[in-house]
Amino acid sequence: MKSRNKKLALLGGVLCASGIAVALALNAFQSNMVFFYTPTQVAAKEAPSNRTFRVGGLVQEGTVRRQGLDVHFVVTDTAQTVPVTYTGMLPDLFQEGKGVVAQGQLNGGVFVAREVLAKHDENYMPPEAADAIERARKGQSRLEASQAAPDAAVTSAAAGKQP
Amino acid sequence: MIPELGHFALWLAVGVTLVLGVLPLVGAQRGRTDLMLLARPATSVLMGLVLLAFGCLIASFVRNDFSVLNVASNSNSALPLMYRIAASWGSHEGSLILWLLMQAGWAWAVANFSRNLPLPMLARTLAVMGLLTLSFLLFVLLSSNPFDRILPVPLDGQDLNPQLQDPGMIFHPPMLYMGYVGFSVAFAFAVAALIGGNLDAQWARWMRPWTTVAWAFLTFGIALGSWWAYYELGWGGWWFWDAVENASFMPWLVGTALIHSLAVSEKRGSFKSWTVLLAISAYSLSLLGTFLVRSGVITSVHSFASDPARGLFILVMLGITVGAALTLYAWRASSVGLGARFEMLSRETMLLTNNVLLVVATAAVMLGTLYPLILDSLGLGKISVGAPYFDAVFVPIMAVLVFFMGIGPLSRWKRDEMPALSRRLRWAAGVTVVSALLSAWVGGKLTIMSILGLLMAFWITASVAADLWERIKPIKGMAGMQAPWWQRLRQLPRAGVGMMLAHLGVALFCFGVTMVGTYDVEKDVAMGPGDSTTVSGYTFTYLGAKPANGPNYEALRGHLTVVRDGKPIAEMFPEKRIYRVQRNPMTEAAIYTRVRGDLYVQLGEVIEGETWLVRIWVKPFVSWIWFGCLVMGLGGILAITDRRYRAKAGATATEGAGAMSGVSAAR
Repeated sequence: MKSRNKKLALLGGVLCASGIAVALALNAFQSNMVFFYTPTQVAAKEAPSNRTFRVGGLVQEGTVRRQGLDVHFVVTDTAQTVPVTYTGMLPDLFQEGKGVVAQGQLNGGVFVAREVLAKHDENYMPPEAADAIERARKGQSRLEASQAAPDAAVTSAAAGKQP
Repeated sequence: MIPELGHFALWLAVGVTLVLGVLPLVGAQRGRTDLMLLARPATSVLMGLVLLAFGCLIASFVRNDFSVLNVASNSNSALPLMYRIAASWGSHEGSLILWLLMQAGWAWAVANFSRNLPLPMLARTLAVMGLLTLSFLLFVLLSSNPFDRILPVPLDGQDLNPQLQDPGMIFHPPMLYMGYVGFSVAFAFAVAALIGGNLDAQWARWMRPWTTVAWAFLTFGIALGSWWAYYELGWGGWWFWDAVENASFMPWLVGTALIHSLAVSEKRGSFKSWTVLLAISAYSLSLLGTFLVRSGVITSVHSFASDPARGLFILVMLGITVGAALTLYAWRASSVGLGARFEMLSRETMLLTNNVLLVVATAAVMLGTLYPLILDSLGLGKISVGAPYFDAVFVPIMAVLVFFMGIGPLSRWKRDEMPALSRRLRWAAGVTVVSALLSAWVGGKLTIMSILGLLMAFWITASVAADLWERIKPIKGMAGMQAPWWQRLRQLPRAGVGMMLAHLGVALFCFGVTMVGTYDVEKDVAMGPGDSTTVSGYTFTYLGAKPANGPNYEALRGHLTVVRDGKPIAEMFPEKRIYRVQRNPMTEAAIYTRVRGDLYVQLGEVIEGETWLVRIWVKPFVSWIWFGCLVMGLGGILAITDRRYRAKAGATATEGAGAMSGVSAAR
C-alpha cells in the first residue's frame, strides 16, 4: 500500500504542477492577445483606447514624412485612414502604396506604433492588411457608392498584391 | 532532357516505395524471409532514384535552364554558383525534394547501419519509412512538381529572394530537414515495434542513437536559423516566437522529451508506451510544422506562393499518418506492459518530471501558435500572440526544468535517499547562489530575471561539475587499488560525457540569453559624416558611405570606426543593397563579434543629404546562445559514439545490464 500511496502522491504532484502551469499559461495568453483592427473600425471608434492593438492596410501614397528619427505616415484600407507615428528604423520593405501592419496604441486619434511590420517579400501582402482592404471594399459596394470612390490606383495595387 | 529524367526518377521511386512499403510488411507478418529481405535493396534503389532526381534539379539550376518554371522563378544567370545550388531548395517544390532526399537517406542509413537488428524489425521499420516516403512523393508529383516546364521560355530568371542569398541558405535548410525527417526513424521504429509487439529495452537501445542524432541535427538547424535571422533580417533579436520558428521548436521540445524518456526505457524498461507516444508525436509535429509553413496559413520568410490545395494535401497526409499511428497505438499499447518499479525519489521520477515539463511547454507553444490560426479560419477575428506571452509561460517552466536538470543526473536509478542526494549537491548549490549574485552585482543591473537566468546557468554548470566529481572521485578505503582520476576520466562512458556536454550547452545558452536580455542596448541615431555617438562605452564614428556593387546588386557601404577608452576596437561596414532583379532594398548589417559580445550596426535610410539613420546595438554574450546550442548538439553526437551502440555480436552491455531482465546481448 505504501508504494501505492507514493504513486498517488506523485500523480497528484504532477497534476498539480501541470494545473498551475496551464493556469499561468492561460492567464499570460489572455493578457497578451493582440487584436487586429482595420482603419474603418478605428475610424468607427471600435478600437480600444488604452490597449495595444494592430492596424493594417496600405501606406497611403505621398504621406510618409520623416522628421529626424520620427516618421509619420497614413495607413488606409481605401475607405478610411489612420495617421501613424513611429520612431526609429523602418523595415526594408516599408514603401508607399505597399501593405503594412503596425502594432501600438491610439493616442488622441494618432496611432503611436511601437512596431511596424512590412514583411519579407515584394509580392507579399501582410494577411491582415489584405483582409482590411477586402473588407473595406465589400463594405463600400454595399453602401453603393454613397461614399467617394476609392483611389483606383490604390485598389488595383491592392488587388494585385493579394496572396 | 534532364528535368524529364528527374521527373521520371520520381515516378519510378513511387513504384519502389510501393514495393518497399507493402511486401516486407507482409513478409514480417507471414514470416516470409524472402519478402523481408527485399527491404534493404529496395531502400538502396529508392535512395539512388531520389538522389538522381535531386541531382537533376541541381543540374537544372546550375545550367540556368529557365525553361523549368522552378528555375525561372527562383534563380538568375547572374546569381553566384553556390546560391544557384542552394536555390534548388529555395522554393516550396525544391524544399520538398530536399525533404525526400533526407527521408530516403535516413531509410538508407537505417538499412545499412543497423546490421544487428532482427530481420522482421528491420523489414517493418523500413516499410514504414517507405510509406512515409510514398506520401511525400505523391505530394511532390501531384501538387508540387519541381520539374514543370514553362512556355515561352523566359530569357532570364526572377532571381532568388535576396534575403536567401546567404551562406545560411546553404546550411540551415538541410540541417533542419535532417532533424525533422530524422524523427521519422523514431516514428518508424515505434510503429514497427507496435506492429511486432516487441517493445523491450533492446528496442529502446536500437532507437536511441537514431533519435539522438536526429535531435542533434534539429538543434543545429534551429540554431543556424536563429543565427541567420539575427544577422540577416536585421531585427537584432535571436528568437521572435514567430509561428514558423515555433513550428520547428515544437518537434524539438518533444524530441528532447523523447531522448530522455528513451533513457529510462533503455536502462530500466519503464515508460515504454510513453516513449512510443512521444516518438509518434515528434514526427507528427514535424509534419504539422511542414503543414503550417508550406500551406500558406502562416506567412513569413519561409512561405512561398500559397496554394490551398497543397495545404489540404498536407493536412490529409498528416491526418492519415497520425491517425493510423495513434489507432495502432490505442490498439497495441495495452500489450506493452509496465517496466521496473521505482521510488518517489529516483532518477526515473526526475526524468518523468522533465518529460511532463517539456510536454507542457510544447502545449503552451502550440496554444500560442495555433489559436490565432484557428480563430482566423473560423472567421472569429484576427489576433496575434506575441513574445510576451511565450516569455511569460516559458521562463517559469524552463526555470523548474533547469532545477531538476541539476538534480536528475546525480540521483540514482530506482531509489535514492534525500540526505545522500543533498550531500552530493550541496557544494553545487552554494557555488551557484554565490556566483550568480556576484556576477549580477558585477554586471551592475540586478533584476529578478537576470538573477534567475544566472542562477539557472550556474546551477547547471555546478551540478555537471558535481556529477563529474562523483564519477571520478577516489573511493574511500580503495586508495592504491583504483586507477588515478585522470584515467578514470578517460574511461567514462561517452554517453555520460555527452549528456554532461549537452547540459553544459544549456548552461551556456542560458547565460547568453540572460546577458543579452539584461544588458543589451539599442540606439537609433541620425549620423552624417564625422558624427559620433557613444553606446555602452563604445564610441561609434560615422565616416561616410561609398558605392560597393556586387555581382547581382548595387550597394552603398557605410564606414564606421569604433573606439573604446581611446583604443580602436573595430572598423565596421554596414551596407544598403538593391538587388537588380527584384529591386528590393536590403540592409546588410555589420557585426563585430567577440566572446564578450557583439557590436551590431545597420544603415537605415537617408534622412537628408549624407545623413543616415543608423541603428547601433551592443549585445553582450549574444553568440553564447548559438555556441550553447552547438555544444548541446555535439553532446548528442558524442553520446551516440558510446561503445554500447556499436556493440558487436557477443559483446555485452557495459552498464545497467543487470536492470534489464530478459535482454540478451546485442544480437
